[in-house]
Amino acid sequence: MSGSNLHPGLNLGARHGSAHEGAETVVFGFWIFLMSDLVIFGLVFASYLTVANPLGMAGGPGPADAFDLRSIFVQTMILLTSSLTFGFATLALRHEKGRTVIAGWLGVTLLLGLAFLTLELRDFAHMIEVGAVPQRSGFWSAFWGLVPLHGLHVALGCLWIAVMLAQMALLGLVPVVKTRLLRLGLFWHFLDLIWVAIFSIVYLGGLMP
Amino acid sequence: MSDPDHRSEARLYLAGFGLALTLTLVPFGLVHWGLMQGKALAITIAVLAVAQIVVHLRFFLHIDLSRQKREDLQLILFTVLLLGIMAFGTLWIMGNLATRM
Repeated sequence: MSGSNLHPGLNLGARHGSAHEGAETVVFGFWIFLMSDLVIFGLVFASYLTVANPLGMAGGPGPADAFDLRSIFVQTMILLTSSLTFGFATLALRHEKGRTVIAGWLGVTLLLGLAFLTLELRDFAHMIEVGAVPQRSGFWSAFWGLVPLHGLHVALGCLWIAVMLAQMALLGLVPVVKTRLLRLGLFWHFLDLIWVAIFSIVYLGGLMP
Repeated sequence: MSDPDHRSEARLYLAGFGLALTLTLVPFGLVHWGLMQGKALAITIAVLAVAQIVVHLRFFLHIDLSRQKREDLQLILFTVLLLGIMAFGTLWIMGNLATRM
């Protein structure tokens, strides 16, 4: 009984033998990294909130001039769907559905991640157009420190998916590849969690009537 | 072995997705159609965001209250405590300074 559910949280399952036991330490270690990342995000959120007021905007453009709720909604849907498709990739890994199925779900997740980044970059371009640049005010400095930090994480996540697809093709589903996929899954779901805070605080908070 | 089968696990992912989707659509709808205003809206958005984060933790990151999974949860709770002290402290001090200026 105790062996069948060794690892806290996401795991491979006992049928994976040594890879399942090996996942115990590395996945927990990755959780520690994620939590240090959470502290960074949290403090960047705190500095954003201290300047998210008329004084912080220094007479420059405000959220209503620069944000596009429709585009943010589409980005939110894309990222949420990508969390589900990554979940299916993890399930295919756990239940040994084969490399093709796992790679298929990872490929869909990668495309969704790239679509998210494309829309986000388009939004950033629009912000620059209306003069919402980091040097305009404390508010925009904090915004550009926060939201692109998440975007950078998503870009790195996309790169990581591409690397894992290559490793799956070259090395096959060896234990180290399996535990790396588990950690990539944690990373991806974690980014969606940060996005919930971003759309709630920055976008919905900024555009509130 | 007490491992659940593929189908029931997939159903859990879909349930989590459905809950998260609802918790996203409601605040976007409230802001888009201006159904609520001011403080009530801010509190509603905050509550829905926290609920959605819990849904993500439960269904996507598989953090729950069963005993052998406790260490992840304790790590998260401790980090949130530290973060709470630092982030809330920052907002408190800066807010206090702003009222004194």
